[in-house]
Amino acid sequence: MTLGRRLAVVVFAALCLLVAGCGSDAEGPSATTASNGSGSGLTGSITVAAASSLTEVFTALGDEFRSAQPGIEVTFTFNASSTMAAQILEGAPVDVFAPADAVNMEKLTDEGLVVDEPVAFASNELVIVTKPANPADIVGLHDLATAGVISLCGADAPCGKFAQQALDGAGTVLDESNVTRGQNAKATLGAVAQGDAVAGIVYVTDARAAGDSVEAIAIPDDQQVVVTYSIAVLAGTSNVDAAEAWVAFMGSEAGQAILASFGFLPPA
Amino acid sequence: MAVVVLAAVAVAFFAVPLIGLLQRANWSTVWTDLTTEQSLDALRLSLVCSLSAAALAIVFGTPLAWVLARTEVPGRALLRGLVLLPMVLPPVVGGVALLAAFSLRSPLGGWLHDVAGIQLTFSTPGAVLAETFVAMPFYVITVEAGLRSVDQRYERAAASLGAGRLEVFRRVTLPLIAPSVVAGAVLAWARALGEFGATITFAGNIAGRTQTLPLAVYLQLETDQDAAIALSLVLLVVSLVVLVSLRDRWIARA
Repeated sequence: MTLGRRLAVVVFAALCLLVAGCGSDAEGPSATTASNGSGSGLTGSITVAAASSLTEVFTALGDEFRSAQPGIEVTFTFNASSTMAAQILEGAPVDVFAPADAVNMEKLTDEGLVVDEPVAFASNELVIVTKPANPADIVGLHDLATAGVISLCGADAPCGKFAQQALDGAGTVLDESNVTRGQNAKATLGAVAQGDAVAGIVYVTDARAAGDSVEAIAIPDDQQVVVTYSIAVLAGTSNVDAAEAWVAFMGSEAGQAILASFGFLPPA
Repeated sequence: MAVVVLAAVAVAFFAVPLIGLLQRANWSTVWTDLTTEQSLDALRLSLVCSLSAAALAIVFGTPLAWVLARTEVPGRALLRGLVLLPMVLPPVVGGVALLAAFSLRSPLGGWLHDVAGIQLTFSTPGAVLAETFVAMPFYVITVEAGLRSVDQRYERAAASLGAGRLEVFRRVTLPLIAPSVVAGAVLAWARALGEFGATITFAGNIAGRTQTLPLAVYLQLETDQDAAIALSLVLLVVSLVVLVSLRDRWIARA
């Protein structure tokens, strides 16, 4: 019994050390400094829930933010905006929300869950993606009706709704038994890049992030849909200052430059 | 006393989520939610695919269980590990593996398409394949255990009385392992019914073709919570029935 107890104490102590060690590693090289960004010296951690199409750019923004604000630890969660809105309404602990459409932001503002007015910080457009070298010879939206299995986002996710808008604008009707719905924009693109979907409709920035694994076919302006991303601090946040610092960073010159480098357009 | 308390906690662990779902359900709309075209398609597909997966598990799993339990094939341990792998593998990984093996870009998948016009991805047979992949191990492990526990003297007696091997299997072995076959089939069926990751990755999410109940629940969760919960209740009730009906068999086996 005593040996067992002693062993338990030792293991517990070791675990504590391990966790403490891991914790301090996560904060990065220690502090020689102060950053020269405004609000330097802020500490704490925030969780940012963002549309899955923001995955790469927010990760890059996070790296840049960390050098400006080393005391703030930013954790990201990326998924379909509609999924995350539902989770936040159910009480998920999120500090900042950046959905791909106004509807999902309104779900939260209507419930009084948002601290200030949401701020538009970037825009995006849609593009058709096909396998490399476009073996199905897809030229425009009208080709999708006869091309085979098409990958779209869920009908109620922003990228799914916008894709439908574009298809409606082009007068193209897809047979639902040929449409596979991805959980989010990344999964939708994955069905074309790694799976057997012949083509799909995703954001321009997703196609860009996917590089050579897909070929992008532009959608003409008269059929195009412009998507505006907004961002807001949520009322349930435990760290208002850090959350507002992140939102401010989106609008800053550095932030806008990074967004542009990933193919995002300025807010419409 | 401690045993009772711990057991009560265990019961609560299972009962509380079910009770939560029941009290959250919108009972006034449950019937309409379950009878929309999307819901009926999902229910029909789930039934068809899971039953097909269970049938395939029985047809191919029984001989496999026999090989594992009764033969001295070298590398049996490795074979058993391989067969049980889908139980341990995250379902999405299973789906990715199936894609690697059967997508149109793979050698096998490409050949099937060129020669026989067969495309497994984004098809109902593909959904059945994904479900069988994850469910068959449950059948095999149950029937293998059953075969091991059969007293082989009955079989030897039958053989010494002149019965051929097939007759011995049909009239002596099969009745003796019947509880294991049923238990294994039911487990495999329930696992196939609840499969999500491998199905959505390999067979995609096409309403009416591959959108089984779990996939429909996932999609509905964002837009129509009442419908998602109604569909979830169906899955939960089925799972409960499976567990309750199997309990006695497991105890009898032991």
